[in-house]
Amino acid sequence: MGMTMSQKILAAHAGKGEVRPGELLEANLDLVLGNDVTTPVAINEFHKTGYTQVFDGEKIAIVPDHFTPNKDLKAAEQCKMVREFAHQMGIANYFEVGAMGIEHCLIPEQGLAVPGDLIIGADSHTCTYGALGAFSTGVGSTDMAAGMATGRLWFKVPSALKFVLKNQPAPWVSGKDIILHIIGQIGVDGALYKSMEFMGDGLAHLSMDDRFTIANMAIEAGAKNGIFMVDAKTIAYVKEHSTKAYRIYEPDADAVYDEEYELDLSTLRPTVAFPHLPANTKTIDEVEDIQIDQVVIGSCTNGRLSDLRTAAGILKGKKVKKGVRVLVFPGTQRIYLQALREGIIEDLVTAGAVVSTPTCGPCLGGHMGILARGERAVSTTNRNFVGRMGHPESEVYLASPAVAAASALTGKITDPAQV
Amino acid sequence: MKAKGRVFKYKDNVDTDVIIPARYLNTFDPQELAAHCLEDLDPEFSQRVQAGDIIVAGKNFGCGSSREHAPLAIKTAKVSCVIAATFARIFYRNAINIGLPILESPEAAAGTEAGDELEVDFDQGKIVNLTKGQVFQAQPFPEFMQKIMAAEGLINHIKAESKW
Ligand code: SF4
Repeated sequence: MGMTMSQKILAAHAGKGEVRPGELLEANLDLVLGNDVTTPVAINEFHKTGYTQVFDGEKIAIVPDHFTPNKDLKAAEQCKMVREFAHQMGIANYFEVGAMGIEHCLIPEQGLAVPGDLIIGADSHTCTYGALGAFSTGVGSTDMAAGMATGRLWFKVPSALKFVLKNQPAPWVSGKDIILHIIGQIGVDGALYKSMEFMGDGLAHLSMDDRFTIANMAIEAGAKNGIFMVDAKTIAYVKEHSTKAYRIYEPDADAVYDEEYELDLSTLRPTVAFPHLPANTKTIDEVEDIQIDQVVIGSCTNGRLSDLRTAAGILKGKKVKKGVRVLVFPGTQRIYLQALREGIIEDLVTAGAVVSTPTCGPCLGGHMGILARGERAVSTTNRNFVGRMGHPESEVYLASPAVAAASALTGKITDPAQV
Repeated sequence: MKAKGRVFKYKDNVDTDVIIPARYLNTFDPQELAAHCLEDLDPEFSQRVQAGDIIVAGKNFGCGSSREHAPLAIKTAKVSCVIAATFARIFYRNAINIGLPILESPEAAAGTEAGDELEVDFDQGKIVNLTKGQVFQAQPFPEFMQKIMAAEGLINHIKAESKW
């Protein structure tokens, strides 16, 4: 029986010639990731295993990004615990404030994820690195502890959905619109336990940033992982960022997929997910008068350079609507610096936005932009669950950087073609 | 392994942000997490829940973030078992890994109401609704997972199987 990309990577890391969906196996890990929220729990569990050393200090990455720069005393204590553990265990890829970024922007940029890798992260959006042709999946803290101790983990081999992307995206349609459209179609459990595998001639029109955004939100459809076919753009990205050896896996010609979806990207429209589910989508044409209090541009979904460029392109020389708070979060220090050099930061600040150091911040209702009761935000983040950005009676509308920036100018959800 | 308790019933897509809101994630003290368990969905849950009670929900229970704080909050609230039509996969892993018993059964999820009394046999995957006099069959765990559950979680399992 033919195998999917995801199945092939699992098989290779379990030392097997063939695997089948549903099979349970143990596989070797190339990278184990954690953040300041999940790692403290993992450290606790790690100590209970009886292991006194991690399996390989080079293959673990810890990124304190959720409540950093330390939000309060408790966050400071958690970060201190993580910092000391990283130091003790000789974890090479621990990123302190000043070097850190939002983990899923930072890991690819640092060259720590490459095609063919098997990666786990104690953060659900670890699926982001599937954009590079890696099998990368979010797990819990106990899994992270087991991974740090043994370098291995149990997996159930997933079946897969195939997404064939065709043609060039319509104007103002970005990776965010594509993945919101898909989640709107298949639902928040439409890919439950499964891989989402992306291929087709439309890939050639998608930047790496677009692909990261799409893979990032695979979890919002319940998927175990999202993965892209590797092409020249992937290889160019990897060569620019990494010296790690990589391996390309393509699906077998007779690979079995549970379902196949074809998407004509030229017919899509900018898409917005209404509260309180990422699958609750409408195209921009269906959105009526939705007044907003806050705009958030950033996060592991849309905090990359091209996202900031798009937003600045719309805001440059204009002013954000009076009374609307516009918060921009570059994904990493490098992205921040590049945005500074290109004049993006100046354009944003001049327009009336504030620009923060990289942090998860308001994305999870952590800090730096919490919503009060009854307030509404347009956000380029990935979740709009009840209470996600603050008060349980606040509302989050998920959108692309272009829609978010256009909305910042008008104070209501707006088609970027109209500003 | 068996459990018996009263049902707290919830809808589809109960996400980890309502199981334990991120504003409490600056700690991983289990008691503190349990005190805020399900607060944004059912503000009285932590006061009303009694040892052994059972959560029954619709599909995709535990979707969203990977926070293990979610099953940990539920386990520390002394919930004996979560039954759902389906579980989100990271929650499913986490529950097994920390030894919180869970079962998937769309029939039991549909045929159970808040306040019903259930008796659950995990080895056989049997769910008896004592209030309604109905029996539901769920898929028992594969042996590999049963071993992890029996060891009360992955960490003990690793300790026991030093071949890892
Ligand atoms: S930016 Fe948001 S979704 Fe991404 S890792 Fe941070 S909290 Fe999670």
